[in-house]
Amino acid sequence: MKLLQLSPSELRQRLAGQGVWLRTGPFSLRVQSGIPSVAQGLVDLYGQFETRDSHHAFADFHVELNPPSPLRRWFRPQVDFSYDGNLPFKPLPLDQAYPMLEWGLNWCVSMHAHQYLIIHAAVVEKNGLAAILPAPPGSGKSTLTAGLVLSGWRLLSDELTLIDRLTGQIQPLARPVSLKNQSIDVIRAFSPNAFINRESHDTAKGTVAHMRPPTESVRRQHEVARPGWVIFPKWTAHAETRLTPRSKAQTFMFLAQNAFNYSHLGADGFRVGTSLIERVDCYDFQYSRLEEAVAAFERLAEQATPHAAT
Amino acid sequence: MSVWLNKPPRMPLPSPTRPTRLKDHVSATLRNPGSVRHFSMADWDLLIRQARNAGLLARVRHVLDQHNMVKHIPNEARWHFDAAATLADKQQLAVRWEMSQISQALVKLAIPVIVLKGGAYVMAALPAAAGRLFNDIDILVPREQLGPVEAALMLAGWNATGLSDYDQRYYRRWMHEIPPMQHIKRATVIDVHHAILPDTARYHPDSGKLRSRAVAVEGMPGVYVLSTEDRILHSATHLFHDGELPHGLRDLTDLDLLLREATEASDFWPRLTARADELQLSRSLSYALRYLRYFLDTPIPDSVFAALHAAAPNRLTLILMDAIFTRVLAPAHASCADVLTPAARLAAFVRAHWLRMPAHLLIPHLFHKAFIRSAPDNDVPKPA
Repeated sequence: MKLLQLSPSELRQRLAGQGVWLRTGPFSLRVQSGIPSVAQGLVDLYGQFETRDSHHAFADFHVELNPPSPLRRWFRPQVDFSYDGNLPFKPLPLDQAYPMLEWGLNWCVSMHAHQYLIIHAAVVEKNGLAAILPAPPGSGKSTLTAGLVLSGWRLLSDELTLIDRLTGQIQPLARPVSLKNQSIDVIRAFSPNAFINRESHDTAKGTVAHMRPPTESVRRQHEVARPGWVIFPKWTAHAETRLTPRSKAQTFMFLAQNAFNYSHLGADGFRVGTSLIERVDCYDFQYSRLEEAVAAFERLAEQATPHAAT
Repeated sequence: MSVWLNKPPRMPLPSPTRPTRLKDHVSATLRNPGSVRHFSMADWDLLIRQARNAGLLARVRHVLDQHNMVKHIPNEARWHFDAAATLADKQQLAVRWEMSQISQALVKLAIPVIVLKGGAYVMAALPAAAGRLFNDIDILVPREQLGPVEAALMLAGWNATGLSDYDQRYYRRWMHEIPPMQHIKRATVIDVHHAILPDTARYHPDSGKLRSRAVAVEGMPGVYVLSTEDRILHSATHLFHDGELPHGLRDLTDLDLLLREATEASDFWPRLTARADELQLSRSLSYALRYLRYFLDTPIPDSVFAALHAAAPNRLTLILMDAIFTRVLAPAHASCADVLTPAARLAAFVRAHWLRMPAHLLIPHLFHKAFIRSAPDNDVPKPA
């Protein structure tokens, strides 16, 4: 069944008790939390995701979000992210409980799922071909990703590109898209269809909110995609939209440095990385207007379609 | 009262019985890998979680593989074991590479460098290396060479880790090792020891005796491993002198594998007990063997327990030790804990320090640790 089939009060009850079981991409989670904003985040953003009775089900990751101590309930309340009894992070202010769940889940996947080469990059798909968007923070990667998936591209992930080591295909991990600071308003203005949840302020990255993933992307979250492009987006004020080819060798080095587990995989990491680079076209992409950026990606997808069929 | 009036002959206290209430799936699976054939999804869930916390996922997979049981792992659960095995394989390579770097860094000093514990299992290609995960590399060097060793390692890129001044002083003044050194590029950590127990400990085996029987590692000049018996004794001693035991069961399974291999030599057990006596480590060995039987059914002849009888503690101590170690050596997971587990962990911590330092040092130290915390910061979650 889907999570939205649970009433909000039932979901809250399960979440505070045994925990809520969820499937996202290839992973299953059990989330336990007594914090109302976490329950609300799941109601707002995970409605289309599959859930099960958590009692006897297997889960890949067992996570909890709860206040570190009952004493802290009134005085500067905080939240801890617990991964099956381990606390990988320092507690954060309670207001950041929901984003902490998302960051914590990214950590769970990037620290453990070594069946994939995991690159720190957003990834979207059109006509069977995936565009990998690696970029340092502040480059407008999340804004572009949100703009693309609101314009018909399929969301594979906004943060973790999972490359299957056996097939070289990209495994989707469609989850809410993280938006920061001005990009929250940019996306609200870009599309009235975007649902963005409540903002958390003063996080390590400023104000953060999450956008609900498109229903279609969630429905197709088990459908792998072929790598088509690696594109480095860069938002620059007043810049013209411009796509310029980029060296494959440099791109490979960047991806290796920005993979979470490249060094863990040893020689196989190199093999998976080089075979990825051989299959894709690499570009730098500069933009300032989101509509133009989306149009440029559209053209790229159209040009590549016949190529993709062969 | 009759117990006190007519003192009964001292009988060895039978092994503690395993509780049925708590499900320690990890040691149950290691004892009897065939049991996974009857596992439900909930059992697999629990096994993976406990094994991960115990640092034993890759080793459990290795044991299941040896018993041809990998095919019984459900598809949904398989990747956890495979990913851990990937990591373990990579770490074996990394340990070899790291040792070659250490050996190069220290070659000019022309001293014997003895690699201890996990690193030694890899360098000596022992079964105990299989599915072993690592946190650091431990080496033992002559005490008078500590200064030059530290300087040479710093020159090669290893730096003292960010400990407080108190910790630095504590290590250098009282411990049998210098503060951990971390490589600036590879972030690998070396623990440099000059003995296997601190000078302040109740027992401190002569490092010269250990060195005299060390065995050279082929193809790596200047690098040695301890002899078979010494390796086992060191591993046992470490287990019962270390305050924090997040990987107690992992270390116990190391010992299990070391013993199973060593017992192939017919005169092994008498040699082991004699060496334990010589190095003043019989008590640690008797504890280790006791809990090996309890957790892992390691085949140990009764005659060995009889030989160690003189070193074994009295019944009351043993009852207390059982209460502590059957808890703290279990996987560090909520499903393996009962109401006494936190108390047992605290007791093991205090006991280890008690053995390592006399009271006039220990009490101020524990006070400092309890109230003047200076733990390094955890990571802040990496935001999107």
